[in-house]
Order: sequence, then C-alpha cells, then structure tokens
Amino acid sequence: MASEDTRRQYTVTIGIECHVQFKTKTKLFSAADNDAREAAPNTLVNHIDFGLPGALPVLNKEAVRLACRAAFALNSEPQKFSKFDRKHYFYPDLPMGYQITQFDEPIVLGGSIAIEVAGERKTIGITRAHMESDAGKSTHPAGGDYSLVDLNRAGTPLLEIVSEPDMHSAAEAKAYARELWLRMKYADVSEANLYYGNMRFDVNVSVSKTDQLGTRTETKNLNSFRSIERAVDYEVERQIQVLEDGGEIVQETRGWDDTGLKTFSQRTKEDAHDYRYMPDPDLPPIVLEQSYIDEIKASMPALPDDYRRILSEIGIDAKTTSDIIAVPDTAMTIKHVYEAAGGPHAKRVAFWLLQPQSDDGEAGTETEVKAPEEQLIKLSQMVEGNKLSSTAAKEVLAEVLKTGKDPEVVAAEKNLLQVSDEGEIAKIVAQVLADNAKAAEDVKNGEMKAIGFLVGQVMKLSQGKANPALATDLIKKQLGM
Amino acid sequence: MAVWEPIDTIAAKVQSGELKAVDLVEKSLGLIAGNESFKAIVATTADRARERAKAIDAKIAAGENAGRLAGVPFIAKDNFLVFGADTTAASNILKGFAAPYQSTVIEKLEAEDAICVAKANLDAFAHGSSTENSDFFTTKNPHDETRVPGGSSGGSAASVALNLAPFALGSDTGGSIRLPASFTGTVGYKPTYGLVSRSGVVAMGSSLDSIGPLASSVEDAALIVDVTAGKDELDSTTIDQDDQGYVVSASSLAGKKIGVIKEYMGDGMQPGVRGCVEAAIEQIKQAGAEVQELSLPSLPLALAVYYIICPAEVSSNLSRYDGQRYGFSYADAKNLDESYTKTREIGFGKEAKRRIMMGTYVLSSGYYDAYYKKAQTVRTKIINDFAKAFESVDFLVGPTAPMTAFKIGENANDPLQMYLTDIMTVAVNMAGVPAISIPCGTAEGLPVGLQLIAPQRADRELLSVARAAEELLT
Repeated sequence: MASEDTRRQYTVTIGIECHVQFKTKTKLFSAADNDAREAAPNTLVNHIDFGLPGALPVLNKEAVRLACRAAFALNSEPQKFSKFDRKHYFYPDLPMGYQITQFDEPIVLGGSIAIEVAGERKTIGITRAHMESDAGKSTHPAGGDYSLVDLNRAGTPLLEIVSEPDMHSAAEAKAYARELWLRMKYADVSEANLYYGNMRFDVNVSVSKTDQLGTRTETKNLNSFRSIERAVDYEVERQIQVLEDGGEIVQETRGWDDTGLKTFSQRTKEDAHDYRYMPDPDLPPIVLEQSYIDEIKASMPALPDDYRRILSEIGIDAKTTSDIIAVPDTAMTIKHVYEAAGGPHAKRVAFWLLQPQSDDGEAGTETEVKAPEEQLIKLSQMVEGNKLSSTAAKEVLAEVLKTGKDPEVVAAEKNLLQVSDEGEIAKIVAQVLADNAKAAEDVKNGEMKAIGFLVGQVMKLSQGKANPALATDLIKKQLGM
Repeated sequence: MAVWEPIDTIAAKVQSGELKAVDLVEKSLGLIAGNESFKAIVATTADRARERAKAIDAKIAAGENAGRLAGVPFIAKDNFLVFGADTTAASNILKGFAAPYQSTVIEKLEAEDAICVAKANLDAFAHGSSTENSDFFTTKNPHDETRVPGGSSGGSAASVALNLAPFALGSDTGGSIRLPASFTGTVGYKPTYGLVSRSGVVAMGSSLDSIGPLASSVEDAALIVDVTAGKDELDSTTIDQDDQGYVVSASSLAGKKIGVIKEYMGDGMQPGVRGCVEAAIEQIKQAGAEVQELSLPSLPLALAVYYIICPAEVSSNLSRYDGQRYGFSYADAKNLDESYTKTREIGFGKEAKRRIMMGTYVLSSGYYDAYYKKAQTVRTKIINDFAKAFESVDFLVGPTAPMTAFKIGENANDPLQMYLTDIMTVAVNMAGVPAISIPCGTAEGLPVGLQLIAPQRADRELLSVARAAEELLT
C-alpha cells in the first residue's frame, strides 16, 4: 500500500463511458423484442439481427426520441444532424461483422451534470452521447472446447454517454454514475435496472504527479456503483504502486473481478483493432426538425435537481432527499402532493412513503406507490384535522397503498377515527375520574405525571378513538384546573 | 412469331383463360433445359413455380381476378433471396444457403402473380463484367458462344436474349444491368437509386446498388419497374414512386433536349460501336430532338472513385460471411481465427478477395482521408456535374460500353482492363440517376447498346423517351 503521503502527490483523473439500454419495445434496427431478460437463447432474433444476406437495418424512431430526451437530461440538446457508422471487427456474437454506431456525428454533443460529494457541488462535463446497437452474448463454458452465442441481445439499442475526464476520486466517480442513473430513470429513457445490465460503466483511470495526464487504463463493464468505487480505488492504488516501483502504466483494457475485488488485464493497446469506420450507407442521416426537438423538450418531466429543490423547500434533509429521489414514483407523488396541498402535507406524505435505499441501485428496492395523490392528501388532512392519530394513519396508509381504497372508508372500517365530540369524551372522562379517584387527586395536587395515566385510561375506554389532546383538556376542566 | 408476347398480353391471356400459367411455366422450364449449354442458369425453382402456377390457374378458374403479371414466368439473378432454390450469389461461400425470407421485389412480383422459374448466373457477389468471376461457371453470349454475355447480371441478360422467360431481374452497382444488356442486345433498366427496394438482395455496394429488369422491350421493362417501385419499410433508402406510375407510351422526340456526353465519345471506343451510336444519335436528331454535345468534366474520375467507394462497401458488406451462422464453414478449424480465415480463404473467389483487400485498405486508419473521404468529395462533384448538365438538357445519351462483347478469357487475367468495361456506366451509379441501355444495332454481328440517362426521379420520362428511341432504332 502506498502511504497517504505518497498518494497525496498524485492527481487522479477519471472519465466514464456509460452504456444505457433504451426502454424501447423493439431493437434499434429490427422489429425483434428488446426484452431479453427471460427469453430462451436466440429466440428474439430476426433476419436483421442474424445478419442474413440482403437484410437491411431500419432505425427505431422511438430510440431517437429517447436519445433526444437523454440529451435534455444531460443538459444538452439533440443534434439536428447525426448519422450512423459501421465499426468493423470479427466476433461470433457480432453477426454482420460490424457494429452500427455513431462515430463522428453523434446525436448528443456536449452537456453536463452536477454531482455532490461531501457537501460539495461539482459539474462534470459530458463530451458526447451516441446511439449504437449492442452485440450478442458469448459464453465460454469452463472446460469446454466450444463457445455459445446468444443473439437475443444483438441489436439492443444503447446510448453511450461519454464524460469529460472531470472526476478526481472514487467518490466522485460513484456520484457521477449514480446521478447519471437517476437522470436516465427520471427522463424515462431506460428501465435503468443495474441488475439486468441496463446501465454498464467503463471507467478510465490515470494518475500523475505532474500537470500532464498519466497513461490511462479502462476497466470495462462495471454494473454497480459500489464496483465503480472499488475499481477506481483499486486502479489508483495499483497504478501508484507500479509508478513508485519505477514501472510504467500500460494503456490497456481491464476487467473487474467482483469476488477478488481487483482489476485484471484483458487487452493491451497492441491488440487494438482498426475498426475501419465508415458511414453506414443503409441508413440515411438522422435529420431532426426544430419543432420535433421543441416538442420533446416541452414534454420533459422534472429531473432530480428539480426534486431536490422541492424537497428542500418542504424542509427535508439531504439524506432523506437522496432516499426519496432514488425512487422516482415516490418523489413524483411527493411533488404532486406539494403542488396540490402545500409543504406540510407533502412533508408528512414524504415520511410516510420513505424507504431507506441501498445506495447501489440494486434491483428490488422499489415499491410502487399505488395510492393516488388525492388519497394521500386526504389522509394527511385527516391527521391534521385530528380525525386520525398518526399511529392510526400509518395503519390506514398501509391498507390504502395495498387496496387503493378511500382512507376515510378504511379508517371507519378499522374503527380508527378519533372521537372529537366533546360530549362523548366528557362522559368517558367523568367515568375515568370516578374510577381512578386517587390519580385524580394526585393531578389536582399538581402531580402532572398522573395526567398521562388518566389520558391513557380515556384512550383505553374509548378504544383509542378519543383525541388525546381533547381528553387532556377535559380532564383538567372536570378537575376544575 | 416471337417466343413470348408482351408481358401485359401474356397476363391478360392467362386471366382470360386463353393461356394457362402451368403451360407457361413448363414452356419456360423446357426452354431452360434446351439451352443449358449457355450456362445462364444456376438452378431452377421448378417445384415451387409449378405449385404457384397451379394455384394461379385455380384462382382464375374459380372466377377470381389474378394479378397484373398473372402467370408470367421470370428469372432472378441469383443474388435475390427467393424461395424454392438456394441463394448463392454464384459464390462458394453461399453454396447451399436456402433463403429463410424473400426479397421485397420478389414479394411484389409474386403479389401480382408472376412466377420465378430459375436463378441466373452472375459474377460472384456481382463483382465483374463478364460472369467469368462466377465461382461456378461462365455464361456464354447467345450471339456468340465464345464471348461473354457481360456482367455481372450476365445470366439474366443471356436468359432474356435466349427467350428463356419474358423478363429477368438484375442488380446494377456500376453497370451490371446495362452492360450485359448492351452485350446481349436486350433492354436493361437501372432505376433511380432507392426507387426499387434492396431488401433481400445480397448487398454489393449499398450506396450504389440498384435493382432493375432486363427485358426484350422498354414496354416490358417499364411494367416491371411499375410493379416493383416504391417505398419499402424494410429499406430505409427507398423513395416514393411517381404518382402516375411507369407504364408509359412513347413520347415524341420532337423538341426534347438531349445532350451527347463528350467524355463518352472520345478515343477508346471500338469503331463499330461508334458507328452504331453516332447513327442512333443522328436518327434521334432527325426525329426532332435538339441534340447538343456537352461535357461533364468529372466523368474521367468516376471509375477511379468507383473502385474506392465500391470496394470499401464490399469489404464491409462481405464481413457477415464468416462461417459462423450459415453458408460455407471450414469444419476442421482448431480455433476461431482459423475458422474465420479458412472459411473466407476457401469460400471467397479471387475477385471478392481483391475487393475486400482494396476496401479494407482504403478504410484503414491513416488512409481513410486520402482515399475514401477524397473519393466521396469527387462523388459529390460527379453528382453536381450531372445536376448541372440536366439544367440545360432533359436527357443524356452515349454508348453503354466502349466495346461489344469480348472473348471469354480475353480480360480474365487483367482486372484493370476488365474494370474499364464499366467506364461509361459507373458515373450513373455514383450520381444515383436512372439510365437505360437499349439495342442500337450490331457491329460485326455483335449487339451494341445505347445508354440514355435522366435526372433523379425522372424514371417515368426516361422510360417514355426510351420507348420512342426504341421504335426509332428497331
């Protein structure tokens, strides 16, 4: 391990390339289904994906629309002119012998996103983002003298987002990846499910003691925020060690071993392909009208920063905000409540819906919010109007979320409505004071602790429905205090 | 009497019951069998053709209307994906490849009840001007068996010249329909780029490939263009067809402005060809056309540019033939690299390899700008030259090729000489404009073709003026 002092002498520079899978019904250039998660191998493949003779790619318009949305989510604008190119290499999971991608005229040029690390806000530049089709999946069974190819993924529409080398720590790299993930979710560009590889990250890392950038390595195919952080940490440490030992960093592609928690060499620059890029003559350039771009811009939903502002207005702390934003449905509900009913209601609803989130974007952490905003507002108003205790409200909420029923109906069914009828509670109070003369005397003598006991008895006798504040008032009143 | 009546007459007689589709198919298959020595055909689609003919006859017997091409047999160049026979592109690497889908053009022809009876020979992957580059055999010219029929659609052209069927399909990347039409005395039509779908046709140079018919008359060719033209959702480069279609009568030549391309009338033309072409132009003039000579200065660069752009696209398009999914695959490979290299070494012929190498070279990093990019710049110049020429004339005219059909083997070992046969046809593909080759007499007994060229999307007008010229010249 390099000492803290040694490490401080080096500047770490990180750039990230991220492949985002679009949530389209069909593939980028064919009508085959784009959802390969549960499908048997090679069942979502048509003549285009299989690279048959005479098969021509046909661009999926929905992918273009999603790329435009992504552009706005990256604080950029889609390019009015972009085109597709062929990138050539031979591999069994690449049926045509070339990948269709955007080489020199991508759909997104420039952009930026803000991240926050340890309370400090920082802007990371986006160099470009381009559409491309994915290759199939190769597996090499251990010990076998064969490989298997599944072309279900071949042709899956991807957006590759390339950042500027603006990050300088593992924490920044992780924050950037997480923010990108949130933005793609909020812009509704991708399912953004990391478990299913909807977003994959390639991390370029270099270290240097001088103003000149060091030689970089690229660690490919990271699919969790934690692995990004760990891979960067590992690479920084490794590279510093190599340099301190008098060695040189080799420009290479590396893989990440998630069990051994280390990167390993896959391919050096000497093996680099000459991809022989050329414009794809089968696909006319994408020319976007200003009106089309304007329409998409107008349809853009609120993005994470908008929610951060709203949640801060409501008075919610940073950690809670982060948890809320990780679940877009929750954040959207809170925003709607805020707009319809104001901050206090929104805050109450926020804490109702809050679920602590793993910061790793893993699958299964989201629960859909099924209750419409009106019902949540109604429930919150019931609490505010003393019709429901906050404990009872949680019970009602659970039922409302489950069944979508009206909260008032649920509260009535469960017999949870608070009694705020003075006459009725007064009767119960009188009963309780008569039954508990000793405690009543204590209260009268200024022993206020006993009043809690009396209120408890009122609640018990009313089966929890009495409004405790009202009960307290009435006890005092009847004792002549 | 001609072997085949005009296509629309045949279809009308089938519809009326005067002719039976089954008989037409048998007639065509019989002619194919009787002319095997010309080696125009790679394989017949006899079984499927007979079934389709029966179904069409039954439909008509049941009182239903059949399509516009009812019962008309045709022959497809073997780079069209067609059910009923393998699609080989006359290459060893695709030998035994049975198409699991059909090309759009075939679908459209079948929708009008035309019947594909056979697949025609070609230079493998359409690389060539003589069919000598076929991995299987060379087709012989029906006018002289010692000569080539031209290429690459040589099998299709020979089929039409031999009257094996009323029409055949070809593809034209640098002259592959027009040149063999010229060499065999048939009509060959290359539409505006994108007018006819390329979906399901083995790609050669995707930005240059056009699909068109070879036929005995302009009228027949126009009908086939009419049936096959139009936007196809499977080919993003296709364009809408003309609202009025392509079935046209002959237009009067009087007052038509026709430009004689100076660059195509220079030295290097065989005297016999020159004689025929000049006589044809004179007749067009006599018919009242305003004929003027004009220059397209970038044309001499067209062939050089073609042999950069086309091989670049070829090298890319042929990448998919890797032995991993279909077609020939080297079985004894010890590893993946060997599987690739042996499959392609054995599966591809000499010319395919030559073009893959040229294309790979011009696309390589460090050479891309000097070759491919510069070639694209010149291509733009050629497009502009045509556009400028069409500001002052309606049509351009010239020879289809500087020579008549050459001897089999004459150019086989000299690729450069072979490439020169396309010198008058490639510029048209560069510019994406439509062009037609029609017979304009013979030189020493061999057919000569006259090439008429029109602006992009003026296919209707071109076919109409070609009909007039055809009437004049025959």
